[in-house]
Amino acid sequence: MINIWAPPDFSMRWTPVWQRNLMVWRKLAIASVLGNIADPMLYMLAIGYGIGAYIPEMNGMKYIAFVGTGMVCQSAMFTASFEGMYSAFSRMFMQRTWDAIINTPMSLDDVVFAEWIWCATKSVISVTAILLVILLLGYGQSGLAVWILPLGFMIGLCFGAFGLIMNALAPGYDFFTYFFTLVLTPMLLLSGVFFPVEQMPAALQAVANALPLKHAIDIARPLLLGHIPDRLALHLSVLAVYAAVAFYTALVLTRRRLLK
Amino acid sequence: MTAVTVSGLRKAYGDYEAVRGIDFTIERGEVFGLLGPNGAGKTTTLRCCLGLIDPDGGSIEMVGLPVPRAAREARIRVGVVPQMDNLDPDFTTRENLVVYGRYFGIPIGDLERRIPKLLEFAGLQAKEHSNIRTLSGGMKRRLTLARALVNDPELLILDEPTTGLDPQARHMIWNGLRQLLNQGKTILLTTHFMDEAERLATRLAVIDHGKLIASDAPRALIAEHVEPEVIEVYGDEARPWGESVGRSIADRIEITGETAFCYARDPQPLLHALQGNNGVRYLHRPANLEDLFIKLTGRELRD
Repeated sequence: MINIWAPPDFSMRWTPVWQRNLMVWRKLAIASVLGNIADPMLYMLAIGYGIGAYIPEMNGMKYIAFVGTGMVCQSAMFTASFEGMYSAFSRMFMQRTWDAIINTPMSLDDVVFAEWIWCATKSVISVTAILLVILLLGYGQSGLAVWILPLGFMIGLCFGAFGLIMNALAPGYDFFTYFFTLVLTPMLLLSGVFFPVEQMPAALQAVANALPLKHAIDIARPLLLGHIPDRLALHLSVLAVYAAVAFYTALVLTRRRLLK
Repeated sequence: MTAVTVSGLRKAYGDYEAVRGIDFTIERGEVFGLLGPNGAGKTTTLRCCLGLIDPDGGSIEMVGLPVPRAAREARIRVGVVPQMDNLDPDFTTRENLVVYGRYFGIPIGDLERRIPKLLEFAGLQAKEHSNIRTLSGGMKRRLTLARALVNDPELLILDEPTTGLDPQARHMIWNGLRQLLNQGKTILLTTHFMDEAERLATRLAVIDHGKLIASDAPRALIAEHVEPEVIEVYGDEARPWGESVGRSIADRIEITGETAFCYARDPQPLLHALQGNNGVRYLHRPANLEDLFIKLTGRELRD
């Protein structure tokens, strides 16, 4: 029965939807990866070398590596948000691809779930590319850095779900600008990408502690340096709770939009 | 054996009752046409049958399975041609068929075997590796029909399959549908085109304002509801002629704009009265489905 508040009705049928997105991505893979990593790479190199010349070290890291880990997490955030908003909206609304899929044994829940996993997959792809550059520049100090890849997946689940919420509410592409200016930009500036959160006044620190990106960065930086992050369980739980609640919300809103 | 049984179907959106108690059954191997003006409840009925929306009342059985409870299992055995094209624009003709087949969980080996036949059916062998952006409207529609056959369905549901096509393309679709019927498939079709319904449908149902107002074979419906002979009178003089002369001779007359539609069991008195009248032109023809449709649903525009 179609009750929009029902818990997710998972089936293992969702993989062909994910595969479809992968097939499209492969046709334009290089352009797509460049698009996802160009911004964070430029930030990392310009700020890392530019400001890094004045601040050789920050919290025991080369400044460029400090910004680099922030940029890894930022790219996971932007890639998944973008995929959940613009790309999903193209498939859902402009091309009506989702309408075609739900006429098959696939349910809308399968489609939204597959899109969610796809958002996180794309985050892993851009995280991989940026991490490779950081390692090639010689700033990786430990095999533990490999754990940044599954972290990228978690960040992708979190922000992909936020993107899918916006997608379910959007009347058109312009609507997504709100998410960039009201959510992503403040998240980028308050989560400790460019400087430690501890530099900010207590009130802003409290805000930062509620932001998922801050917790992702708290996991990524120690991993690059070769330590197990402090309070790992707390940081992971924050990301997991955001991801789960946001996905359920996206699912309910998408059902409300399409199943009527 | 019935392919679809719908009984007492009701669906409301807030205060607006889109479907207000519809019953029909579709036998296996027939083409069942669902006719009705815009907003009559056709698409809502189809969406209920596919289990995409929950009815507020009534029951639906499709290919022997209860919907929406077993909608997913039922959809495995059904093919859908939607009203609006939703082929995947990032893919070629062949890729569209492969990707869609995978949604049904069909193994790639089986798909590889089915695709040449589907391309032949759609007359798209030459376009197998072309991006679908390069296909004409008619080709896209044929591909959409081929895509709906990828799971070798028992029942095909077509929502206005030829809207927006030129006459050649429509005839190709009709030929395709006849072939499928000969293979024993069941077809549920909605359309605005009366010639399409009359040509294809074994039986049809006219729905309006969410209710089924007539259901039978096309010729039987026409015979039951409309006088057999129609004389359409055109021209500046048609309206005054209709008001003064036509109305007294015809069994029934409808005058809209500059046309008077005269319905009669015996056309001779009308024809006699029209001969020698130079102010009007006229056309004498047998009653058709459009006459029935207009009689049952009225002439006002529905938007």
